[in-house]
Amino acid sequence: MSETPMMDELEKGPWPSFVTQIKRAGESKALMAESSKDLLRQQETAFTEKQGLWKHGGIVGVKGYGGGVIGRYHMRPEDYPGLEHFHTMRINHPCGWFYTTDKLREVCDIWDKHGSGLTNFHGSTGDIIFLGTNTEHLQPIADDLSEKGWDIGSSGSALRTPTGCVGPARCEYACFDTLDFIHDVTNTFQDELHRPPFPYKTKIKASGCCNDCVAAMGRSDTAVIGTWRDELRIDNDAVKEYMDSGMDVQSLVVDNCPTDAIEMVNGKLELVRAEDCTRCMHCINMMPKAVRPGVNKGATILCGAKAPVLHGAVLSTVIIPFMKMEPPYTEFKEYWEKAMDWWDENGKVRERISELIDRVGLDTFLKHMEIKPVPQMVKTPRANPYIFWREEAPPGLDEFKKYIH
Amino acid sequence: MAKKMLGGTEMEIDEDGFIQEPDKWTNAVAEGLAEEECEIHPMTEDAWKLVNFIRQYYIDYETAPAIRMLCKKCDLKLNYIYEMFPKGPAAGACKVAGLPKPTGCV
Repeated sequence: MSETPMMDELEKGPWPSFVTQIKRAGESKALMAESSKDLLRQQETAFTEKQGLWKHGGIVGVKGYGGGVIGRYHMRPEDYPGLEHFHTMRINHPCGWFYTTDKLREVCDIWDKHGSGLTNFHGSTGDIIFLGTNTEHLQPIADDLSEKGWDIGSSGSALRTPTGCVGPARCEYACFDTLDFIHDVTNTFQDELHRPPFPYKTKIKASGCCNDCVAAMGRSDTAVIGTWRDELRIDNDAVKEYMDSGMDVQSLVVDNCPTDAIEMVNGKLELVRAEDCTRCMHCINMMPKAVRPGVNKGATILCGAKAPVLHGAVLSTVIIPFMKMEPPYTEFKEYWEKAMDWWDENGKVRERISELIDRVGLDTFLKHMEIKPVPQMVKTPRANPYIFWREEAPPGLDEFKKYIH
Repeated sequence: MAKKMLGGTEMEIDEDGFIQEPDKWTNAVAEGLAEEECEIHPMTEDAWKLVNFIRQYYIDYETAPAIRMLCKKCDLKLNYIYEMFPKGPAAGACKVAGLPKPTGCV
């Protein structure tokens, strides 16, 4: 009988199987002959004992970099000698995850030469993940990658590898060039990316529109979400085509507008309450040929999403409702540096920026940032997270006192 | 746990080269760690300033200082710290200062 019955079970069915991939790596690579068997055996043990068997927190790295390589050591190297070191590396991905086949072969060849050959395209950080190599191979991998124009990604208390949606490369909804923006930001903040300077991790993600294909609003400390300042553009000839093809525009589009901003008027779709439109993208998603974003495009800057560690999961809050997003993105960069500076100065170890804002109040953050509170920052209906009484406020208090005494 | 001769003393080190008995740390051990683990020889004045600050902070607070405070108090730029300790403040300077392995987040 097989030593790993539970793992073998995971090879069944029509889906790709990581177990099959690991077995194949063991057959084709001398370096992986022992490790692949140990990998499956240790996973089987982990399933049986209901606990992971990797140690937490190895510190390995390559010269000049404070992150990007994640040390993995096994708890029981004597039982699994092939896994004594099995480090993970993050490799910065191209914007929009566009590769030529030559480049893909190149990066896989480098990894085949120095590591397990097992990859994860891509991890949830957006990076390419290399799974499993020894300490002595780390520097040669970094050198080979660097020679071919690749770079290591980020880990630790740093700016994590910035990630954006595919943007205008494939998508007509994109309200700004997410690819150029992410490329620019990655290059500008190389120091913050490679040499962790902060109390904890921080992330920048950009989506070209409110559909938010990279879930920036849910998983980045600084989310940049494409939007427009003017009004929806509606082509009523195209609306008619949708109706003629049998689409019930009234119930599928108009009735589903969350703020009742659009209506059918005399058989035509009209934006009757433009000020109520929240740019939710619903009508555009339903009828992309008939409804388009406006022409005065830019982005909304949000702050503070994160997964649960100290506090529970948090969605981000609007900080700047509209910002023009054009190279060299000076306004965004100044905003980000100022916010990070405040967080770095005031944040406790392992406190994300949203936890700091929760601790000291959004008004303190806004005061430092010299940003006036606006209704868009309200987190939930009937909640007012930012106005607190201050001794020097509100203006006109003395005048008011004259009338109450 | 592996053992290694550092600055004339036999020290226990973990898989990443951090010493396991912080009480046995001496200047000679620091020089040994710098040479063996970080390929630094000799330790410069600025490197000592950094290592001594980290050491004292650890004795006072039983934890490693935050990067921002480290740079401010020692009046050293982070990039310069990476020039002195190419593996960085955690894997380089803290190791030489004899601290236990800093815990971090991937």
